[in-house]
Amino acid sequence: MRGSRLVLKVDIITCDGRGVCAELLPERIGLDDWGYPIIDDAPITGELVAHARRTVTACPVLALRLEPLP
Amino acid sequence: MSLPRLLGQLRVDSAAPVELRRHRDTMPAPPGTAGRGDARLIAMVSDAGLRGRGGGAFPTGRKMATVAGNTGRPIVVVNGAEGEPASSKDRLLLGRLPHLVLDGALAAAAAVGADEVVVGLDRKAVRSRDAILVALDERHRAGERHVPVALVDLPSRFVAGEESALVHAINGGETKPTGTRQRVFVRGVDRRPTMVSNAETYAHIAQIVQRGPDWFREHGTEDEPGTLLVTMSGDVRRPGVCEVASGSLVADVLAIAGGTNDELQALLVGGYYGAWLSSTDAARSRLINADLRPLGASIGCGALVALPASSCALIETARVLRWMAGETAGQCGPCVHGLPALAGAMDDLATGTGGRQTVANLHRWSTMIDGRGGCTFPDGAVRLVRSTLRVFAADVEHHANHGFCHRVNTPTVMRIPEPEVAWR
Repeated sequence: MRGSRLVLKVDIITCDGRGVCAELLPERIGLDDWGYPIIDDAPITGELVAHARRTVTACPVLALRLEPLP
Repeated sequence: MSLPRLLGQLRVDSAAPVELRRHRDTMPAPPGTAGRGDARLIAMVSDAGLRGRGGGAFPTGRKMATVAGNTGRPIVVVNGAEGEPASSKDRLLLGRLPHLVLDGALAAAAAVGADEVVVGLDRKAVRSRDAILVALDERHRAGERHVPVALVDLPSRFVAGEESALVHAINGGETKPTGTRQRVFVRGVDRRPTMVSNAETYAHIAQIVQRGPDWFREHGTEDEPGTLLVTMSGDVRRPGVCEVASGSLVADVLAIAGGTNDELQALLVGGYYGAWLSSTDAARSRLINADLRPLGASIGCGALVALPASSCALIETARVLRWMAGETAGQCGPCVHGLPALAGAMDDLATGTGGRQTVANLHRWSTMIDGRGGCTFPDGAVRLVRSTLRVFAADVEHHANHGFCHRVNTPTVMRIPEPEVAWR
């Protein structure tokens, strides 16, 4: 697998504030006062990667993505 | 120390545009686009050290080299939107010196190898539009050949000047930012590498190409050379646009505008998208980002608003924030919800129904919103809020504890534009 250090990013224009992501990955995603994700930019490694991938898939509007750290 | 380099040709007898014949007395026709561009022209702009005059202050030569080096036939876009209410310099250039802007845009096109120029204008800027159309017609009748120059009308929106929103509008979409994943200098108009620069930037390019980088560097500093246009408004005796050397003392720039009527309380630097400077800081700063950035401000588009001692800064700022909240493109939660929250809190504080919790909310929401929009528009609102809380800390304290102050009924000084409903 290429790049074991990944980071979560949200396309805030596509994001609808449903909050599914924060429920699935509270280790990295919180919600602001209006229900929109605040993403911790700490790298996602180890066991968290699988959870993060599921979270990306579960976003109802596909606003989340996992990117390799440069 | 008013330095009319760009404005040297301005007619004092009338506001009519300088016509082609008179313009050509001072400047020859620009080079035409040939092949893949002209690296020497790009080098001239780079050597001159010109930085964008739309607010970003990005090195223009570097932008041109990037666009020229990307895949696809480049296109040049003149950003004439000027959505900043406190600025009127672009309107002045486009409406009265259209040939200067056009020569610069065409020189940029030759430099980057673009085969088309698009000028984006606020559809309400009728004079600018007429001036550009007449200027193009003059060139046609004079037999001057150049790449096609198209005009695109924009709604009177603040974000119309944001580069991805402008490009989206030119591509036929709504004038709303499209996010930062695809930068316009890689894929912009018609998916081509696009140079988007401010109208004033192109005017400087025209002069640099004609007179050389050394001439441009005769004024200003090593890092921030040249002259710039400043729009002065608020409590100054002679509001309007003037041209000064980069690095001029703010005090000297205020003097060009005839000084203030009332005692200066604070200066808004960079327009509504900028930040406040206390009168003390304003008195000892130069109009240069090297001085302004450590003070939490930047030149931006060069709009300065003088706030008199008789005004309540919180009331003025609350009105601007309310306007900014209405100018959100409505695409991003933190902005759509956050800006009205900030505006409401500042309004409460200004009018006396806000207390310590209101101030705490302003701080908290600022941190919550900053950097989380799809463009930097909400960051501007946060910047204004934070600089207000800092520069007017004593007023904030008074309002939080005692309600509105004795200046609550002073007629307001900062102009709020009429709301726009269209997005195209």
